[in-house]
Amino acid sequence: MTVLFKAEDISVRFGGIRAVDSVSFDVNKGEVFSIIGPNGAGKTTIFNLISRIYNTTEGKLTFDGQDFTHTPPNKIAGLGIARTFQNIELFANASLLQNLLIGRHCHSTVGILSQMAFLPSARRAELQHREKVEDVIAFLGLQRYRDTLIANLPYGVRKVVELGRALCTEPKLLLLDEPSSGLNVEETEGMGFWIEDIKKDLGITVIMVEHDMALVSQVSDRVMALNYGKVLAMGTSHEVQTHPEVIRAYIGGDVEAEA
Amino acid sequence: MRYLFRTDYRQDMALWRHKGDLFWYGLLVVGLLVIPMAMGEFYVGELGGLFIFAIAGVSLMLLVGYTGLISLGHSAFLGIGAYVNSVLLAKGVPFIVTLPAAGLFTALCGAAIGWPTLRMSGLYLAIATLAFGSIVGTIFQKWTSVTGGFDGFPVPTPDIFGYPIEGATGIYYVSLLVLIFVIWLTANLLRTPVGRAMVAIRDSEVSAQSMGIHIARYKALAFAISAGMTGLAGALFAHYVRYLAPDAFDVLLSVQFVTIVFVGGLGSIHGAVFGAIFVRLLPQAIAIVRDDLPFGIGRMPGLEPSLFGLVLVLVILFQPGGINGLWLKTKHWFQAFPLKRQASFRRQKSYARSERLK
Repeated sequence: MTVLFKAEDISVRFGGIRAVDSVSFDVNKGEVFSIIGPNGAGKTTIFNLISRIYNTTEGKLTFDGQDFTHTPPNKIAGLGIARTFQNIELFANASLLQNLLIGRHCHSTVGILSQMAFLPSARRAELQHREKVEDVIAFLGLQRYRDTLIANLPYGVRKVVELGRALCTEPKLLLLDEPSSGLNVEETEGMGFWIEDIKKDLGITVIMVEHDMALVSQVSDRVMALNYGKVLAMGTSHEVQTHPEVIRAYIGGDVEAEA
Repeated sequence: MRYLFRTDYRQDMALWRHKGDLFWYGLLVVGLLVIPMAMGEFYVGELGGLFIFAIAGVSLMLLVGYTGLISLGHSAFLGIGAYVNSVLLAKGVPFIVTLPAAGLFTALCGAAIGWPTLRMSGLYLAIATLAFGSIVGTIFQKWTSVTGGFDGFPVPTPDIFGYPIEGATGIYYVSLLVLIFVIWLTANLLRTPVGRAMVAIRDSEVSAQSMGIHIARYKALAFAISAGMTGLAGALFAHYVRYLAPDAFDVLLSVQFVTIVFVGGLGSIHGAVFGAIFVRLLPQAIAIVRDDLPFGIGRMPGLEPSLFGLVLVLVILFQPGGINGLWLKTKHWFQAFPLKRQASFRRQKSYARSERLK
């Protein structure tokens, strides 16, 4: 198995708080890797470090053998890393189709002047983007919402749209920040199936932050548990969930006494 | 109600949704081409002025309505375009060179002001652009060797390949042509990655960045394109007023442009044109009823700007979609008759936006 993504001793400090404290992990190609932990453990912060919204204070990030610790945030999508957000960051006043087409931005190579004049090259590029977008729409079954404004879509659908927008960048690595938050049981199950399909059919590696343990156990190959920015445990879903440190972090108190 | 059946991706890219649209736009253009033959000099002149304001409106719409940046300094861009065009013309440069030169130079100025103000947004950006506007206004006044200062500057009559563009009719046709060009340019932008990147920046900067959009570059680009198109409007404005004086390009003019955008309806090219019609008609309407108003209201100074302000506030409060929104609602009412529902145009509220990454 080849390692696709590697984080070596990454840390970030906000003032005196070490939100992420020398965390190291690597993710193999074709794997679903989940990060769990109580609120404020630093899960989303790790995502923001990987998508370079925050600067790492220490440590090194490697993707596909390439060091991207200092790559500007707008180049990350071009590398092949796409992400979704915990609270949905879609473009609310644009249609679903436009949102997905924005996901194609990192693949647009046509010059600005040719775009302004809408030369044949721009038209051809648009048609190609549209075909890719239609593939994603078909894959996620979003046909009936194609021309709807995001602001008029229900929450559950928006969550899928955000997944779709990330897929439109044709990523090798997909970062999902709480894909099931705000979804009901049925929608969460659906999300689990999408993630499995993304892994099996599209061969995309997934790193996922998630609270829903059922979903984590269903899709993850490996799980990492964090607390206060430090790694508590790493291993299969079962190993991590029964790890005494993890139980202590979630439930608190003395594990021995409870057992 | 008309349902569109799409059989080709090109249909979504076309500038008109169906043949009916093409027919009506065509009819409008033909009508506008014929009008000067049927109407008096005054009306043709006023329509020409309307086109110039519509050009400025469309360009500001790209910045405010689509990129989500505010500018209270667009009268300065109009002024720069006007002076560049007129000064070059006075030096004997032909009009077909001075017009694009005015646009290009103003675009450069726009990029120059856009670049340092990128980190600002909202109120701070409004203040910065306001300051820029007043600095440029002062330059127009003080740089007498070029602009003539307060004495003004007579704008030479332009000609294209030896044919002089004289009177209201000549400016009317050139303005119409430039307006169509600017609308075409903006519509092209909006159906390609550049325009979508601008919309993305407007709606969520953090996810725009994650999609690979260089925020600073696209904001500066939006400023440059918007300023450049306003510069074109400025070049035509010089010929419309025929005599340039620095006080023509004051803050009130910028506020009028912002009024065009908000009253017309944010995020729509139609809206920019509707807004321009409103802004040009209001002073005329005031002039007509001025003598008939009771208590001498019509003679009070500041009636016009205060009415503009009142309308701006009322539109933002009660009709956020502007005239374009009103038009869409009216159209929907007739298309769905008698089935229009209260909630047809009501947005559901979303309270779950991320505040942490702002």
